[in-house]
Amino acid sequence: MSDLNKLTLAEARDKLRAKDVTSVELTEACLKEIEGAGALNAFVHNTPELALEQAKAADARLAEGDAPAMCGLPIGIKDLFCTKGVPSQAASRILEGFVPEYESTVSQNLLDAGSVMLGKLNMDEFAMGSSNETSVYGNAVNPWRREGDTAELTPGGSSGGSASAVAADLCLAATGTDTGGSIRQPAAFTGITGIKPTYGRCSRWGVVAFASSLDQAGPMTKSVRDAAIMLEAMCGHDPKDSTSMDLAVPNFEAMLTGDIKGKKIGIPKEYRMDGMPAEIEKLWEDGTAMLKAAGAEIVDISLPHTKYALPGYYVIAPAEASSNLARYDGVRYGHRATLDAGDGITEMYEKTRAEGFGSEVQRRVMVGTYVLSAGFYDAYYNRARRVRALIKKDFDDVYATGVDAILTPATPSAAFGLGEMNDADPVKMYLNDVFTVTVNLAGLPGITVPTGTDSQGLPLGLQLIGRPWEEGDLLNTAYALESAAGFVAKPGKWW
Amino acid sequence: MSIDKDTAARVAKLARIKVEEDALPALAEEFNTILGFIEQLNEVDVDGVEPMTSVTPQKLKRRVDEVTDGDQQDKALSNAPDAREGFFAVPKVVE
Repeated sequence: MSDLNKLTLAEARDKLRAKDVTSVELTEACLKEIEGAGALNAFVHNTPELALEQAKAADARLAEGDAPAMCGLPIGIKDLFCTKGVPSQAASRILEGFVPEYESTVSQNLLDAGSVMLGKLNMDEFAMGSSNETSVYGNAVNPWRREGDTAELTPGGSSGGSASAVAADLCLAATGTDTGGSIRQPAAFTGITGIKPTYGRCSRWGVVAFASSLDQAGPMTKSVRDAAIMLEAMCGHDPKDSTSMDLAVPNFEAMLTGDIKGKKIGIPKEYRMDGMPAEIEKLWEDGTAMLKAAGAEIVDISLPHTKYALPGYYVIAPAEASSNLARYDGVRYGHRATLDAGDGITEMYEKTRAEGFGSEVQRRVMVGTYVLSAGFYDAYYNRARRVRALIKKDFDDVYATGVDAILTPATPSAAFGLGEMNDADPVKMYLNDVFTVTVNLAGLPGITVPTGTDSQGLPLGLQLIGRPWEEGDLLNTAYALESAAGFVAKPGKWW
Repeated sequence: MSIDKDTAARVAKLARIKVEEDALPALAEEFNTILGFIEQLNEVDVDGVEPMTSVTPQKLKRRVDEVTDGDQQDKALSNAPDAREGFFAVPKVVE
């Protein structure tokens, strides 16, 4: 059988259960694709032997009839997840050579469910970036190109390697993490589906921390059904993460009926930004019409503090990052600078961190240090936390009126060229997250679904934002949108 | 609020990141761009609003205070750049 790597999780699962295919065959097909896809720079630590070992074990489980949802399905894991015995360095020089002695809860859940790990995926350093250009491994590359053009495009960030690998069919699905849009923006840039669940749904234990009050893991997949299958396997209560919610995990896939009759979908006027490209506006209108045609009730809503989400985020996220990244001191793991004679421990810290952190990470750590420093804590950090409370209240107020989900664009544009933003100031890059960052600040679930292409043939996505803990309902609305949009385009293979 | 070279140097010191003297002006300028963007927050009326501490209304869980893990010295030291005799080794701290 050819093209096994192109299957969705659901298709592969069904073929495995019908004994049409084995996990070893699926895994070998993916490993072969990965080998030929060096130009995408998506996989950065390959684990073929481990993958084949896990595939054989999965085939044995399948033969015994003990086959959980993800059993035998080959996936990629973002480099931010600690994986036992496999390098995990958050795409940073400072974690060069770090090989965890433990497995993150999310990747352990996936392994317990029988999935096969093909390797670790490229990303922005410490998940700080929107274009995968801050990685110590170099840029991950988008498999999509503009029509008639060979310029390399960004797959988005920070989960750029995950997005590129799934879009290019190097694996059936991948894990991502999302602090300000790092699952949803790259999914939109590469024509795939990505969901960030409610804060607390997935355990953060063993995931290298960026901004702990915002970080959430989630699946990046080829379809909404796959997102439902994989999310269910990833999430669940974990005593090792005190913010992990002790709530039963529903069977998300069973909730995909496609019936959204009578659902109330909110269209927030504040997301209609000045200078929004006509293509994005049309995509949004088309998506609205699709949900309406499927029987949903469309209502105009207001989220008045939207404008302040991005500046609030750029106080809170760097503040938490500066605190989290204090642990990289050259003592317990990773890189330590070579010291000159007479250098003491302070020089060791300062040189190690200057060599180990890239420029964007250094910038954010220092901004975070500044907003937390004596005299500025109230003016910046506490003010940002107050604004965050107001942003969350905006959503609470809307949901209190009976709105079930909110439809917005996922990104302000299609994927841009690698290097195109080099001369822009950092704030310009931050604007990529303008539609997604509100969702992290409010702790809500959000999903992006590909629904169209721009005039140059690049994929564009829409975002649906759900009520807290109602990922099942959100996935069902996304499923209805996916069915109506019928997005089937794939990138032409050039790599 | 404008950040000058000296403030940039102080922040770098607090963050324990070595920044060369000649890189400080550019760093200060970047801080100013980002802080200029953040200044927008001053437009928001936050009177009477409590700073958010937890996005989900939940009490932090408690657990029994007992050892559940440990006795893994080798594992704890396995990634250290310099470990000797069961300890993390660092440059001399006390004269």
